[in-house]
Amino acid sequence: MPDTIVSIRNVTKAFPGGVTAVDNVSLDIAQNEFFALLGPSGCGKTTLLRMISGLETPTSGQIIIGGEDMALTPPNRRPTNMVFQSYAVFPHMTVEQNVAYGLKVTGVPADETARRVAEALEMVKLTALAARKPDQMSGGQRQRVALARALVKRPKVLLLDEPLSALDAKLRDDMRMELTRLQETVGITFIIVTHDQDEALSMASRIAVMDKGAVQQVATPAELYEHPRNRFVADFIGKVNLIEARVLRQIGRKLDCEARGLGRLELVNDGLVGAQIAVAVRPEKLKISETEPGAGIRVRGKVSALAYYGDTSHVVIETADGLNLSVNVQNDRRSGAGAMERGQSVWAHWAPEDSIVLTE
Amino acid sequence: MAAQLKPGQGPLDYGSRTWLKLLFAAIFFVLYAPIVTLVAFSFNTDKRGVVWRGFTFDNYTKAWNNDALIEALTNSLVIAFIATIFATILGALAALLLWRFRFPFKGAYEGFMALPIVIPEICMGVALLLFFVSAGMMEFSVHMPWPLNLGNIIFAHVTFCFPFVAVVVRSRLVGFNRQLEEASKDLGASEWQTFWSIIVPYMKPGLIAGALLAFTLSLDDFVITFFTSGPETVTFPVKVYSLVRRGVSPEINAASTVLIVITVIATVIAMKLQAPPKSDRG
Amino acid sequence: MESWKQNPRVFWTLGVPPSVWLLLFFIIPLGFLFVMSFSDKAVIDGQVSITDYDYLTGFGNYIRSMDPLYLGIMWKSVWISALATALCLVLAYPVAFGICFAAERRKPLLLLLVVLPFWINLLIRTYALIAVFRTQGYVNKILGVVGLGPYEMLYNNFAVIFGLVYVYMPFMVLPLYATIERLDKSFLEASLDLGASQFQTFLRVTVPLTMPGIVSGIILVFIPCLGSFLTPDLLGGANALMIGNVIERQFKAANDWPFGSALSFLLMYATFGALALRYLFSLRSKGVDV
Repeated sequence: MPDTIVSIRNVTKAFPGGVTAVDNVSLDIAQNEFFALLGPSGCGKTTLLRMISGLETPTSGQIIIGGEDMALTPPNRRPTNMVFQSYAVFPHMTVEQNVAYGLKVTGVPADETARRVAEALEMVKLTALAARKPDQMSGGQRQRVALARALVKRPKVLLLDEPLSALDAKLRDDMRMELTRLQETVGITFIIVTHDQDEALSMASRIAVMDKGAVQQVATPAELYEHPRNRFVADFIGKVNLIEARVLRQIGRKLDCEARGLGRLELVNDGLVGAQIAVAVRPEKLKISETEPGAGIRVRGKVSALAYYGDTSHVVIETADGLNLSVNVQNDRRSGAGAMERGQSVWAHWAPEDSIVLTE
Repeated sequence: MAAQLKPGQGPLDYGSRTWLKLLFAAIFFVLYAPIVTLVAFSFNTDKRGVVWRGFTFDNYTKAWNNDALIEALTNSLVIAFIATIFATILGALAALLLWRFRFPFKGAYEGFMALPIVIPEICMGVALLLFFVSAGMMEFSVHMPWPLNLGNIIFAHVTFCFPFVAVVVRSRLVGFNRQLEEASKDLGASEWQTFWSIIVPYMKPGLIAGALLAFTLSLDDFVITFFTSGPETVTFPVKVYSLVRRGVSPEINAASTVLIVITVIATVIAMKLQAPPKSDRG
Repeated sequence: MESWKQNPRVFWTLGVPPSVWLLLFFIIPLGFLFVMSFSDKAVIDGQVSITDYDYLTGFGNYIRSMDPLYLGIMWKSVWISALATALCLVLAYPVAFGICFAAERRKPLLLLLVVLPFWINLLIRTYALIAVFRTQGYVNKILGVVGLGPYEMLYNNFAVIFGLVYVYMPFMVLPLYATIERLDKSFLEASLDLGASQFQTFLRVTVPLTMPGIVSGIILVFIPCLGSFLTPDLLGGANALMIGNVIERQFKAANDWPFGSALSFLLMYATFGALALRYLFSLRSKGVDV
């Protein structure tokens, strides 16, 4: 792994009201990473980002940026720049003045400022609008101003707080591509805060999933999806069927479990005998058949809900024990799920290796 | 700003900055020290009011037995009371008019309505003096029995109070859901019934706040009263003015303290009423 | 909002009483004052009458007000008011700023503390100042302990300016508080984040973005200062005269109402000028933000 640029060590942030927004978090973010902090609202991700920027200070812990502990350094002395959720583009300045602001206040010579501002505007394709005031611009354009304004400072780390949340769906897709492209071009570490898993999965090289002020898992998007570490992560990233189970015996690498609604089943994992675990299966890993399949984990149930989405169909199967299983069926043939009916009796089944065993 | 931040302190947590706390303390001290001194010395036994010699209610007794002072205070209260009633009604009508209707030259009308609030008091004072004298009202009121001889002052007070009431009531009306009015009419209520059973109850906090505002404004007014009062009619501020010109006395302190208490109570009530209910703040 | 034509009966019922009152006791008196400012005292049988006037005789009173004596007083009124307004601004800005950034539960109390003196009778507050600042007053007592004074702190320009600041400060705090409170704090954060110091942020972001509040505050303090009568009268002594005192003198002691009317109207024009400036400013700033 390349050099670490931001290292967060045992950082805790408690607000005077008694709320602990960030609870003993440690994280390492590498140079040139596109790193995402992902979690539901109130999980502490924005507070963590603001502590990296210096807009908040931790009650304890270290924030090491470029090898120096900056936990208590004011924001104007940090090599980080932020793109605010509301963009915070200064309304009393033109686009050009906004972008030049950060250079002007730090005493960068006028000719260099002019050159760098022109470059930055070029990069975000705003050269033609340099003389505009922010109130004459669209949300997407204002965001580009905010981006240019931060990037022109050549920060070691660019921080983006929910950068796409205020944009409409179409613009959001464009901007997502644009951000990925920019990150590759400028070669700066990006740290993005988002509550939208699609955003994080599609853009980030690594994601920290946060909940209740703590980091639940740090991994690449694929790892997070295929190997979630706990119930929260499995449930938060993508759709999942979570089935509670208990480990009865362990034979080598195999677990003999008693699962709710499924009865006895064998799983591959290291696990503790007697432990309460959860079996997670992604809906697209499940198959449906009308006859009993010969192998794998299988359970009989009735189709209780059916939704058709064109390329896929979403089927809910309810077992006799009241367990609901979500199944995504690829409509790769004209018949497929379209032929199914509510109330129909079917088998749901999946390969044991597609089960994820969650101990937390 | 080379200084490091304290743990847990953000760069915008100015509330926790020492220099700001000191400035606040200094400004509030300067703002309140004279008033506190005034109140404290109303209980002082020393006649010249310089050194604290002991606690006493004598100054209050003396002020109470000073007929001229009591007459002035009574006049002030009567004027404030009557002027408040008129100002509240006129202000409420103006507020309803501006809230409900579109009409030609509305902007200009609003401008004229705001004029008594913005022009210097002394201009209004001398204009009314000139008007009352020219119209013979000054002459007329001098020969009237009490309290009719206060008429001119009351007219003047209503004039500068009711635009303030209109502002307060109108800001209350802005939050009114006009569908309530429509629903009332839809259910068969007449314009008049709707007004009394729907709009007036809604306006009530605004009316009370406006009335208290008018009351304190009237009670406090010196400049306009100074010009519009005849030689025989003295209000409390006018009386204090003539006494202050002669020097400082603990009696004035006592009388002033009474007036301060009245206005502070009225103000606190008015502010409580104007503050949005706690539930609205989420 | 409906057109008045939809319900003329209600329209007139609501509109007539306040309009008639305003016309009778405000517009017409101002009209009298306006006419009087162009009039002269009548001369009957070679005697200057006290009660009779020759109406609309010309601009004599305005020409007389251009006398260096009165121009000097007007100029003094303007600079004293300007200085008092500036001091109010300098003191009120940090106060308003501090209240906005104070803990949410403390804000109402702090605001009340700022506003409360404003509700206490102007005369009483001025009287309180006299009691504190007079030669045997508290400030001199305290200075005496350190071996200074006593100083004559009343009856001069300093006392008038102090009194005006003392009296009108709440007018400055409130509009400033309202604009700073509405200001999106992320602008300040963005400025700090981009490398500006606290001071640069204040000058380049906070001040420009709260300009509407600053202008409102300046107008709200400057106009009553310019027209003040009581403060210079009680604290200023003979040599700290302001235009308000001259007007009072014309209507009371000097009994020269036409000249007093002209001076009053000059004061009104100054007021309208200030209001017009604010209006122009609001038009300009509308083009900037929103």
